[in-house]
Amino acid sequence: MSTDTAAATAKKESLFSKKNRKLLVDPLDDSNPITVQVLGICSALAITVQLQQAVIMSLSVLFVMIGGNVIVSLLRNMIPDRIRIIVQLVVVASLVIIVDQVLKAYQPDISEKLSVFVGLIITNCIIMGRLEAFALGNKPGPSFLDAIGNAMGYAWILLAVSIVREVFGSGAISLPGMGQVKFLPTEWFMSEGGFYENNNLMILPPMALITVGIIIWIQRSRNQALIEEN
Amino acid sequence: MAIDKNSTGYTFLFSIAMVVVVGTALAFTALSLKDRQDANAADKKMMDILGAIGVSADRTNANTLFAEYVVERVAIDLDGRQVSATSTAVDPKDKADPFSIDVKKDYRASIKSAVKAADGDEAALAAALADKDLEFPLFRCVTDAGQNLYVIPVVGSGLWGPIWGYVALEEDMTTIFGANFDHKTETPGLGAEIKESFFTDKFKGKKLDVEGSALFSVLKGGAPTDENSVDGITGGTITSKGVDEMINRTLKVYLRYFESQTRAQR
Repeated sequence: MSTDTAAATAKKESLFSKKNRKLLVDPLDDSNPITVQVLGICSALAITVQLQQAVIMSLSVLFVMIGGNVIVSLLRNMIPDRIRIIVQLVVVASLVIIVDQVLKAYQPDISEKLSVFVGLIITNCIIMGRLEAFALGNKPGPSFLDAIGNAMGYAWILLAVSIVREVFGSGAISLPGMGQVKFLPTEWFMSEGGFYENNNLMILPPMALITVGIIIWIQRSRNQALIEEN
Repeated sequence: MAIDKNSTGYTFLFSIAMVVVVGTALAFTALSLKDRQDANAADKKMMDILGAIGVSADRTNANTLFAEYVVERVAIDLDGRQVSATSTAVDPKDKADPFSIDVKKDYRASIKSAVKAADGDEAALAAALADKDLEFPLFRCVTDAGQNLYVIPVVGSGLWGPIWGYVALEEDMTTIFGANFDHKTETPGLGAEIKESFFTDKFKGKKLDVEGSALFSVLKGGAPTDENSVDGITGGTITSKGVDEMINRTLKVYLRYFESQTRAQR
């Protein structure tokens, strides 16, 4: 069934073997879900106005990703092939509903701001993609690492984009639980006779796309192997 | 494994087992979190009501500020008769408390279809709603300056989904003290702008036209406005019309109550 069954039975593989480390590190850069595979872009554009939303969104995706990958991997020898996609969908959807309910109970304000995008984690291609491509054919251990790797690959792009957008768009930084902190002195602003003005364009969705584009540009100029040949 | 996991029987069994497990897990989660979620919703409602009278509250102090400013909660029926009134502490679990009247649910369940069927015909609408046993909550508040304010919840339909808000009237029961609106799924940048202060600020100090055919109008963007109307949102025509409709329909009910109150005082 799985590709590494032989190796694993021959010698108990260390959780931090070279191959497993690769599972964890690769999605951060070489196979980043957002910048390289261009998956999960919709949410990355929609909820990166404030850092606190991006943090909560990243944690939610991390939870759903780990839960989904581990559960599907544990069930991989029991799931009938013909209904495997719908089984994956049910697993992901239930985890997302749990996240949504928990957020409504413990982080009502952020839950309100994220609105439909928590529910839309169900359709986040990264999650279904990893379940189908990895968890269905691998043991829970590696699947767990793969989930962390991919969720972190998604998370750091979200965090980077939202920091850029919040700092330049609102002159502030926000974290869940402490609210938004405006760190620029008010006398800097033009309305108070200063020289500075927040860039309103940063708050609008197009700037998220452009920021992601800039990250892709930097990444590919640093890592030329990622550039596709035409 | 001896079982053929691609057989139809196994597939059915697997699906049934999965649905049972998932259903149980979700029901358990929903039930165990319900109390907290309801408390959050009640806090939010208090924040919105306080927002309409210009008191900004957050989740930590919504309860105390609500108790401080809202002196009486009244439930009235469709004809403007007072059904009940209370000024004790809010208990969100108490179904008889006017605070617990779910105006959004009432709107969804009976008012929405009746409004559509009546198509602007007030008598038909009143007839359709007459046997629905509806109750409307009213919140009487007193500001720091000693001003009496009446906060009225309004619910209606925008372009894509429900819109709602709170309108605060001054003691003369015709001057709008303040208003706030919110929506579920209106278009960002267009209809969704109804919740922004540039729109809600326009309502302050406007008057209800008690004698005219419409109490209040939200006009199509750019039209000249008078003291009984505000400028709608350009590009958000249907959402603006929804605001117009919900204010007129709901305030008419409360106006009947206010009239009976003033008559009683004389």
